[in-house]
Amino acid sequence: MADAVLFEFLHTEMVTELWAPDPDAGSGGKKKSLSVLEGLGFRVGQALGERLPRETLAFREELDALKFLCKDLWAAMFQKHMDGLRTNHQGTYVLQDNSFPLLVTMGSGSQYLEEAPKVSGMVQDMPICPTLLGLSWGSGLASPLPTVFLAFTCGLLCGALHTLGFQSLVTASVAALPACRFQVVIQKS
Amino acid sequence: MSRQANRGTESKKMSSELFTLTYGALVTQLCKDYENDEDVNKQLDRMGYNIGVRLIEDFLARSNVGRCHDFRETADVIAKVAFKMYLGITPSITNWSPAGDEFSLILENNPLVDFVELPDSHSSLIYSNLLCGVLRGALEMVQMAVEAKFVQDTLKGDGVTEIRMRFIRRIEDNLPAGEE
Repeated sequence: MADAVLFEFLHTEMVTELWAPDPDAGSGGKKKSLSVLEGLGFRVGQALGERLPRETLAFREELDALKFLCKDLWAAMFQKHMDGLRTNHQGTYVLQDNSFPLLVTMGSGSQYLEEAPKVSGMVQDMPICPTLLGLSWGSGLASPLPTVFLAFTCGLLCGALHTLGFQSLVTASVAALPACRFQVVIQKS
Repeated sequence: MSRQANRGTESKKMSSELFTLTYGALVTQLCKDYENDEDVNKQLDRMGYNIGVRLIEDFLARSNVGRCHDFRETADVIAKVAFKMYLGITPSITNWSPAGDEFSLILENNPLVDFVELPDSHSSLIYSNLLCGVLRGALEMVQMAVEAKFVQDTLKGDGVTEIRMRFIRRIEDNLPAGEE
Protein backbone atom coordinates (compact mmCIF):
# COMPACT_ATOMS: atom_id res chain seq x y z
CA MET A 1 0.00 0.00 0.00
CA ALA A 2 1.66 3.17 -1.13
CA ASP A 3 1.45 6.09 1.23
CA ALA A 4 -0.65 9.04 0.13
CA VAL A 5 2.10 11.65 0.31
CA LEU A 6 3.98 9.75 -2.37
CA PHE A 7 1.27 10.65 -4.85
CA GLU A 8 1.54 14.32 -3.96
CA PHE A 9 5.31 14.30 -4.33
CA LEU A 10 5.07 12.43 -7.59
CA HIS A 11 2.43 14.84 -8.89
CA THR A 12 4.58 17.87 -8.10
CA GLU A 13 7.55 16.27 -9.81
CA MET A 14 5.42 15.33 -12.79
CA VAL A 15 4.18 18.89 -13.21
CA THR A 16 7.74 20.20 -13.04
CA GLU A 17 8.91 17.67 -15.57
CA LEU A 18 6.08 17.93 -18.05
CA TRP A 19 5.26 21.59 -17.76
CA ALA A 20 8.23 23.05 -19.54
CA PRO A 21 7.45 26.53 -20.74
CA ASP A 22 9.22 27.06 -23.98
CA PRO A 23 9.54 30.79 -24.70
CA ASP A 24 9.90 30.23 -28.43
CA ALA A 25 6.77 28.20 -28.74
CA GLY A 26 4.61 30.96 -27.25
CA SER A 27 1.42 29.68 -25.71
CA GLY A 28 1.59 26.63 -27.92
CA GLY A 29 4.14 24.98 -25.69
CA LYS A 30 2.02 25.42 -22.60
CA LYS A 31 -1.03 24.23 -24.40
CA LYS A 32 0.77 21.05 -25.23
CA SER A 33 2.05 20.29 -21.78
CA LEU A 34 -1.33 20.97 -20.20
CA SER A 35 -2.99 18.54 -22.51
CA VAL A 36 -0.26 16.02 -21.77
CA LEU A 37 -0.94 16.29 -18.03
CA GLU A 38 -4.64 16.12 -18.68
CA GLY A 39 -4.21 13.07 -20.87
CA LEU A 40 -2.17 11.34 -18.16
CA GLY A 41 -4.91 12.09 -15.66
CA PHE A 42 -7.55 10.81 -18.04
CA ARG A 43 -5.78 7.49 -18.46
CA VAL A 44 -5.25 7.10 -14.72
CA GLY A 45 -8.90 7.98 -14.02
CA GLN A 46 -10.05 5.50 -16.61
CA ALA A 47 -7.85 2.74 -15.22
CA LEU A 48 -8.88 3.48 -11.63
CA GLY A 49 -12.52 3.26 -12.67
CA GLU A 50 -11.95 -0.04 -14.38
CA ARG A 51 -10.48 -1.53 -11.24
CA LEU A 52 -13.47 -0.67 -9.07
CA PRO A 53 -15.70 -3.48 -7.84
CA ARG A 54 -18.54 -4.29 -10.17
CA GLU A 55 -21.34 -3.16 -7.89
CA THR A 56 -19.78 0.28 -7.60
CA LEU A 57 -19.86 0.65 -11.34
CA ALA A 58 -23.59 0.16 -11.65
CA PHE A 59 -24.44 3.84 -11.30
CA ARG A 60 -27.72 4.61 -12.95
CA GLU A 61 -27.92 8.25 -12.05
CA GLU A 62 -25.40 10.94 -12.85
CA LEU A 63 -25.73 12.26 -9.34
CA ASP A 64 -24.62 8.93 -7.87
CA ALA A 65 -21.54 8.95 -10.05
CA LEU A 66 -20.74 12.51 -9.01
CA LYS A 67 -21.22 11.66 -5.35
CA PHE A 68 -18.86 8.77 -5.84
CA LEU A 69 -16.21 11.14 -7.19
CA CYS A 70 -16.69 13.57 -4.32
CA LYS A 71 -16.57 10.97 -1.60
CA ASP A 72 -14.81 7.76 -2.53
CA LEU A 73 -12.45 8.97 -5.23
CA TRP A 74 -11.50 12.09 -3.28
CA ALA A 75 -10.98 10.04 -0.13
CA ALA A 76 -8.69 7.69 -2.02
CA MET A 77 -6.72 10.53 -3.55
CA PHE A 78 -6.60 13.05 -0.75
CA GLN A 79 -7.95 11.37 2.41
CA LYS A 80 -10.83 13.80 2.64
CA HIS A 81 -14.12 14.54 0.97
CA MET A 82 -14.95 17.29 -1.46
CA ASP A 83 -16.38 20.25 0.45
CA GLY A 84 -19.37 20.92 -1.72
CA LEU A 85 -21.36 19.61 -4.65
CA ARG A 86 -23.96 21.71 -6.41
CA THR A 87 -25.98 21.05 -9.52
CA ASN A 88 -28.51 22.81 -11.72
CA HIS A 89 -30.18 19.43 -12.36
CA GLN A 90 -29.45 19.82 -16.03
CA GLY A 91 -26.18 18.05 -16.21
CA THR A 92 -23.91 20.73 -14.76
CA TYR A 93 -22.18 20.09 -11.46
CA VAL A 94 -19.89 22.28 -9.43
CA LEU A 95 -17.49 20.52 -7.09
CA GLN A 96 -15.94 22.76 -4.49
CA ASP A 97 -12.74 22.00 -2.60
CA ASN A 98 -11.80 24.65 -0.06
CA SER A 99 -8.28 23.41 0.35
CA PHE A 100 -7.15 21.43 -2.65
CA PRO A 101 -4.10 19.44 -1.51
CA LEU A 102 -2.21 19.78 -4.79
CA LEU A 103 -2.49 23.56 -4.59
CA VAL A 104 -1.45 23.62 -0.96
CA THR A 105 1.84 22.05 -2.00
CA MET A 106 2.26 24.60 -4.71
CA GLY A 107 1.63 27.51 -2.37
CA SER A 108 4.42 26.44 -0.10
CA GLY A 109 6.96 25.79 -2.85
CA SER A 110 9.19 28.83 -2.87
CA GLN A 111 9.75 28.80 -6.60
CA TYR A 112 6.11 29.72 -7.16
CA LEU A 113 5.75 32.32 -4.46
CA GLU A 114 6.34 35.14 -6.89
CA GLU A 115 3.80 33.92 -9.37
CA ALA A 116 1.06 32.86 -7.04
CA PRO A 117 -0.16 36.26 -5.78
CA LYS A 118 -1.04 37.32 -9.31
CA VAL A 119 -3.78 34.78 -9.28
CA SER A 120 -5.02 34.65 -5.74
CA GLY A 121 -7.98 36.87 -5.08
CA MET A 122 -9.13 36.96 -8.66
CA VAL A 123 -11.73 34.67 -10.04
CA GLN A 124 -10.55 33.18 -13.26
CA ASP A 125 -12.29 30.57 -15.21
CA MET A 126 -9.76 28.29 -16.70
CA PRO A 127 -11.11 25.73 -19.04
CA ILE A 128 -9.31 22.46 -18.81
CA CYS A 129 -9.92 19.12 -20.42
CA PRO A 130 -10.98 20.62 -23.74
CA THR A 131 -8.33 18.93 -25.82
CA LEU A 132 -9.81 15.55 -25.14
CA LEU A 133 -13.04 16.74 -26.59
CA GLY A 134 -11.68 18.67 -29.51
CA LEU A 135 -11.95 22.16 -28.05
CA SER A 136 -9.04 24.46 -27.60
CA TRP A 137 -7.38 25.92 -24.57
CA GLY A 138 -8.42 29.46 -23.64
CA SER A 139 -5.74 32.08 -24.12
CA GLY A 140 -4.70 35.22 -22.32
CA LEU A 141 -4.40 33.83 -18.81
CA ALA A 142 -2.65 36.03 -16.31
CA SER A 143 -0.79 33.09 -14.91
CA PRO A 144 -1.14 29.50 -15.95
CA LEU A 145 0.50 28.12 -12.85
CA PRO A 146 -2.46 26.97 -10.79
CA THR A 147 -4.07 25.44 -13.84
CA VAL A 148 -0.99 23.34 -14.31
CA PHE A 149 -1.65 21.87 -10.90
CA LEU A 150 -5.28 21.19 -11.76
CA ALA A 151 -4.89 19.70 -15.23
CA PHE A 152 -4.05 16.19 -14.07
CA THR A 153 -7.01 16.07 -11.70
CA CYS A 154 -9.41 17.43 -14.33
CA GLY A 155 -8.32 14.70 -16.68
CA LEU A 156 -8.65 12.16 -13.91
CA LEU A 157 -12.25 13.16 -13.11
CA CYS A 158 -13.07 13.10 -16.80
CA GLY A 159 -11.49 9.66 -17.20
CA ALA A 160 -13.22 8.18 -14.17
CA LEU A 161 -16.58 9.47 -15.42
CA HIS A 162 -15.82 8.02 -18.81
CA THR A 163 -15.40 4.56 -17.30
CA LEU A 164 -18.58 5.05 -15.30
CA GLY A 165 -20.38 5.65 -18.57
CA PHE A 166 -20.63 9.42 -18.73
CA GLN A 167 -19.05 11.68 -21.31
CA SER A 168 -18.12 14.91 -19.65
CA LEU A 169 -16.35 18.20 -19.95
CA VAL A 170 -14.38 19.09 -16.85
CA THR A 171 -13.06 22.57 -16.20
CA ALA A 172 -11.47 24.03 -13.12
CA SER A 173 -11.20 27.47 -11.64
CA VAL A 174 -9.25 29.01 -8.81
CA ALA A 175 -10.84 31.74 -6.75
CA ALA A 176 -8.32 32.10 -3.95
CA LEU A 177 -5.50 29.68 -3.29
CA PRO A 178 -5.73 26.95 -2.20
CA ALA A 179 -9.48 26.67 -2.88
CA CYS A 180 -10.69 25.55 -6.25
CA ARG A 181 -13.79 24.48 -8.09
CA PHE A 182 -14.27 21.82 -10.69
CA GLN A 183 -17.14 22.20 -13.07
CA VAL A 184 -18.40 19.03 -14.65
CA VAL A 185 -20.76 19.26 -17.60
CA ILE A 186 -22.20 15.93 -18.61
CA GLN A 187 -22.43 15.64 -22.36
CA LYS A 188 -25.70 14.16 -23.45
CA SER A 189 -25.43 11.93 -26.45
CA MET B 1 -20.59 -1.26 10.04
CA SER B 2 -18.94 -3.84 7.85
CA ARG B 3 -19.72 -1.72 4.85
CA GLN B 4 -17.88 1.17 6.42
CA ALA B 5 -14.86 -1.00 7.08
CA ASN B 6 -15.02 -2.26 3.55
CA ARG B 7 -15.02 1.24 2.24
CA GLY B 8 -11.95 2.00 4.28
CA THR B 9 -9.90 -0.79 2.75
CA GLU B 10 -11.35 -0.03 -0.64
CA SER B 11 -10.22 3.54 -0.36
CA LYS B 12 -6.73 2.52 0.81
CA LYS B 13 -6.43 0.12 -2.07
CA MET B 14 -7.55 2.77 -4.51
CA SER B 15 -5.14 5.27 -3.03
CA SER B 16 -2.26 2.90 -3.55
CA GLU B 17 -3.43 2.04 -7.06
CA LEU B 18 -3.63 5.73 -7.82
CA PHE B 19 0.10 6.04 -7.15
CA THR B 20 0.99 2.93 -9.12
CA LEU B 21 -1.15 3.95 -12.08
CA THR B 22 0.08 7.53 -12.04
CA TYR B 23 3.66 6.34 -12.01
CA GLY B 24 2.90 4.03 -14.92
CA ALA B 25 1.33 6.83 -16.92
CA LEU B 26 4.36 8.99 -16.22
CA VAL B 27 6.85 6.36 -17.37
CA THR B 28 4.79 5.82 -20.51
CA GLN B 29 4.88 9.53 -21.20
CA LEU B 30 8.64 9.73 -20.65
CA CYS B 31 9.13 6.83 -23.05
CA LYS B 32 7.27 8.88 -25.65
CA ASP B 33 9.22 12.06 -24.90
CA TYR B 34 12.73 10.59 -24.91
CA GLU B 35 14.29 8.65 -27.68
CA ASN B 36 16.19 6.06 -25.74
CA ASP B 37 15.68 4.14 -22.54
CA GLU B 38 18.89 5.45 -20.97
CA ASP B 39 17.50 8.97 -21.04
CA VAL B 40 14.26 7.81 -19.45
CA ASN B 41 16.25 6.01 -16.73
CA LYS B 42 18.23 9.17 -16.07
CA GLN B 43 15.09 11.26 -15.93
CA LEU B 44 13.37 8.88 -13.52
CA ASP B 45 16.43 8.91 -11.30
CA ARG B 46 16.50 12.70 -11.33
CA MET B 47 12.80 12.98 -10.47
CA GLY B 48 13.26 10.42 -7.71
CA TYR B 49 16.17 12.43 -6.35
CA ASN B 50 13.99 15.55 -6.18
CA ILE B 51 11.29 13.58 -4.39
CA GLY B 52 13.80 12.06 -1.95
CA VAL B 53 15.18 15.45 -1.06
CA ARG B 54 11.72 16.51 0.09
CA LEU B 55 10.53 13.14 1.32
CA ILE B 56 13.20 12.96 4.01
CA GLU B 57 11.58 15.82 5.92
CA ASP B 58 8.24 14.06 5.90
CA PHE B 59 9.99 10.87 6.95
CA LEU B 60 11.88 12.37 9.87
CA ALA B 61 8.81 14.23 11.05
CA ARG B 62 6.58 11.17 11.04
CA SER B 63 8.89 8.31 11.92
CA ASN B 64 10.64 9.61 15.02
CA VAL B 65 13.83 7.95 13.89
CA GLY B 66 16.99 9.45 15.31
CA ARG B 67 20.50 9.60 13.92
CA CYS B 68 21.89 6.31 12.66
CA HIS B 69 25.32 5.35 13.99
CA ASP B 70 26.46 3.19 11.12
CA PHE B 71 25.46 2.06 7.66
CA ARG B 72 23.94 -1.13 9.03
CA GLU B 73 21.54 0.84 11.13
CA THR B 74 20.71 3.00 8.12
CA ALA B 75 19.95 -0.12 6.11
CA ASP B 76 17.58 -1.31 8.83
CA VAL B 77 15.74 1.99 8.97
CA ILE B 78 15.39 2.11 5.18
CA ALA B 79 14.00 -1.39 4.92
CA LYS B 80 11.93 -1.69 8.06
CA VAL B 81 10.68 1.84 8.57
CA ALA B 82 10.86 3.80 5.31
CA PHE B 83 9.80 1.14 2.82
CA LYS B 84 7.10 -0.04 5.23
CA MET B 85 5.78 3.47 5.69
CA TYR B 86 5.72 4.58 2.08
CA LEU B 87 5.25 1.43 0.04
CA GLY B 88 3.85 -0.99 2.60
CA ILE B 89 6.57 -3.57 2.02
CA THR B 90 9.60 -4.63 4.03
CA PRO B 91 12.53 -5.62 1.81
CA SER B 92 15.08 -7.97 3.27
CA ILE B 93 18.67 -6.87 3.67
CA THR B 94 21.32 -9.24 2.34
CA ASN B 95 24.71 -9.55 0.68
CA TRP B 96 26.70 -7.25 2.91
CA SER B 97 30.13 -6.55 1.53
CA PRO B 98 32.98 -7.53 3.89
CA ALA B 99 33.77 -3.86 4.49
CA GLY B 100 30.16 -3.18 5.46
CA ASP B 101 29.71 -0.45 2.88
CA GLU B 102 27.44 -2.28 0.45
CA PHE B 103 24.22 -4.21 0.83
CA SER B 104 21.24 -5.35 -1.18
CA LEU B 105 17.58 -4.66 -0.63
CA ILE B 106 15.51 -7.58 -1.85
CA LEU B 107 11.95 -6.69 -2.79
CA GLU B 108 9.75 -9.75 -2.97
CA ASN B 109 7.06 -7.76 -4.62
CA ASN B 110 7.41 -4.27 -5.95
CA PRO B 111 4.17 -2.28 -5.78
CA LEU B 112 5.30 -0.03 -8.64
CA VAL B 113 5.10 -2.86 -11.15
CA ASP B 114 1.67 -4.23 -10.18
CA PHE B 115 0.12 -3.69 -13.60
CA VAL B 116 3.28 -3.62 -15.68
CA GLU B 117 4.74 -5.69 -18.45
CA LEU B 118 7.80 -4.44 -20.34
CA PRO B 119 7.58 -4.60 -24.10
CA ASP B 120 10.62 -6.01 -25.92
CA SER B 121 11.37 -2.63 -27.43
CA HIS B 122 12.19 -1.25 -23.98
CA SER B 123 14.54 -3.93 -22.77
CA SER B 124 16.98 -1.48 -21.20
CA LEU B 125 14.35 0.56 -19.39
CA ILE B 126 14.80 0.46 -15.62
CA TYR B 127 11.14 0.89 -14.87
CA SER B 128 11.37 1.53 -11.13
CA ASN B 129 14.49 3.69 -11.30
CA LEU B 130 12.64 6.44 -9.45
CA LEU B 131 13.21 4.44 -6.25
CA CYS B 132 16.99 4.65 -6.61
CA GLY B 133 16.75 8.39 -7.03
CA VAL B 134 14.55 8.69 -3.96
CA LEU B 135 17.03 6.72 -1.85
CA ARG B 136 19.96 8.77 -3.12
CA GLY B 137 18.18 12.10 -2.60
CA ALA B 138 16.86 11.29 0.85
CA LEU B 139 20.19 9.98 2.15
CA GLU B 140 22.07 12.94 0.74
CA MET B 141 19.95 15.18 2.96
CA VAL B 142 21.23 13.31 6.00
CA GLN B 143 24.84 13.71 4.89
CA MET B 144 25.28 10.39 3.22
CA ALA B 145 26.40 10.04 -0.37
CA VAL B 146 25.28 6.68 -1.68
CA GLU B 147 24.93 4.92 -4.96
CA ALA B 148 21.74 2.94 -5.57
CA LYS B 149 21.01 0.77 -8.56
CA PHE B 150 18.85 -2.11 -9.67
CA VAL B 151 20.77 -5.33 -10.19
CA GLN B 152 17.79 -7.68 -10.49
CA ASP B 153 14.27 -6.90 -11.60
CA THR B 154 11.20 -9.14 -11.74
CA LEU B 155 10.10 -7.18 -14.80
CA LYS B 156 13.14 -8.57 -16.60
CA GLY B 157 12.45 -12.14 -15.58
CA ASP B 158 14.50 -12.26 -12.37
CA GLY B 159 12.97 -14.03 -9.39
CA VAL B 160 13.16 -11.00 -7.14
CA THR B 161 13.88 -7.31 -7.40
CA GLU B 162 17.21 -6.27 -5.92
CA ILE B 163 18.52 -2.79 -5.26
CA ARG B 164 22.24 -2.59 -4.55
CA MET B 165 23.22 0.21 -2.19
CA ARG B 166 26.78 1.44 -1.86
CA PHE B 167 28.03 3.91 0.70
CA ILE B 168 30.34 6.42 -0.95
CA ARG B 169 31.19 8.97 1.70
CA ARG B 170 29.97 11.14 4.49
CA ILE B 171 29.08 14.63 3.36
CA GLU B 172 30.82 16.93 5.78
CA ASP B 173 29.38 20.32 5.04
CA ASN B 174 25.71 21.13 5.09
CA LEU B 175 25.66 22.94 1.78
CA PRO B 176 23.25 21.49 -0.73
CA ALA B 177 24.89 19.96 -3.80
CA GLY B 178 26.03 22.47 -6.36
CA GLU B 179 26.32 25.41 -4.00
CA GLU B 180 29.93 25.11 -2.95
